[in-house]
Amino acid sequence: MNIRLYMLQRITALIMAPLTLGHIAVMIYAVQDGLSASEILGRTQGSNMWLLFYGTFVVAVSIHAAIGVRVIVSETFKFVGFTLDAFAWFVCVAMLFMGGRAVLAVTLL
Amino acid sequence: MSTKQENIDVSVWRGDPHSGNYENFKVPAHESQTILDVVSWIQQNQDATLSYRYACRVGMCGSCAMMVNGIPRWTCRTHVKKVLKGKKLEVAPLRNLPVIKDLVTDMDTFFDKWISAEGLHHPSKTRLDPIEEIEPKSLGRVEINAGIECINCSICYAACDTVTNNSDYLGPAALQRAWTVYNDVKDADKQTVLNAVSGDGGCLNCHSQGSCSVHCPNDLNPMNAIAGLKRATATSFFNRKG
Repeated sequence: MNIRLYMLQRITALIMAPLTLGHIAVMIYAVQDGLSASEILGRTQGSNMWLLFYGTFVVAVSIHAAIGVRVIVSETFKFVGFTLDAFAWFVCVAMLFMGGRAVLAVTLL
Repeated sequence: MSTKQENIDVSVWRGDPHSGNYENFKVPAHESQTILDVVSWIQQNQDATLSYRYACRVGMCGSCAMMVNGIPRWTCRTHVKKVLKGKKLEVAPLRNLPVIKDLVTDMDTFFDKWISAEGLHHPSKTRLDPIEEIEPKSLGRVEINAGIECINCSICYAACDTVTNNSDYLGPAALQRAWTVYNDVKDADKQTVLNAVSGDGGCLNCHSQGSCSVHCPNDLNPMNAIAGLKRATATSFFNRKG
């Protein structure tokens, strides 16, 4: 773990913290009011605000988690050098793809 | 008048860098007895070829650390009664260090990492300059006081799971030493210290599990020193970018 990766992981954690709280608050709100899936989609689809909210979250999570998994894989399986970096990039890109796909599905019209 | 002599079953690791196994001994139990007493009794009465390391016997030199029932301890200050598990003891060489023979480990890596962490004084004055006055209650001096009593026993290094999993990791003792140097107003090259501790094997690898602080025989807190280095490193990162 070098200083760049460390700072990137901490900064993405700072971004994720308020977004996670916001996400939980929205979940509680939606459950309390008994919103149906179609009612939720009615609010999120076409909304640039939710696209930005969850899009930012997905980007932050993908970077944060990839760095975290990189450390675990490095210590547990002794991956080093190119193998380690390639694995971390794969995790990052895979999470970006899956998360991005989910965000687009609920925010695009 | 005679009382039946009670014995302790002691399992001692015997071997060389390539192989080894535990050997069992029966050692007479005494009222006030340390682990080092037990090991010495075996070496003096049962097997003169048993190799182990000690010097001061009073907890100052840091030579006699070993794994006792799986936990790193200073054996000269560890009473048998406090660590006995059903009249049994298991004594092994320190974890995370290569074995030379029996209970003796090669501590080169441990000390080399002190140098790699720049745990060295970088002079800011010559011998012709007057001695700088240090306020004992100044923040930096208080931080230094908290870490300066390290006896280099390597117990924190043996206790650290990050060292186990990442052989490049500098370890708690070296990083704590670097933190004391970083806080020294007489040190002229703090950025060199930060560069040394923020590399691939540096303080940023610490998972804050705290085994170093739990097992330090002198009640020091290397985890706190490492947290300080992380803060200083992060601050330095932004300052350099700015």
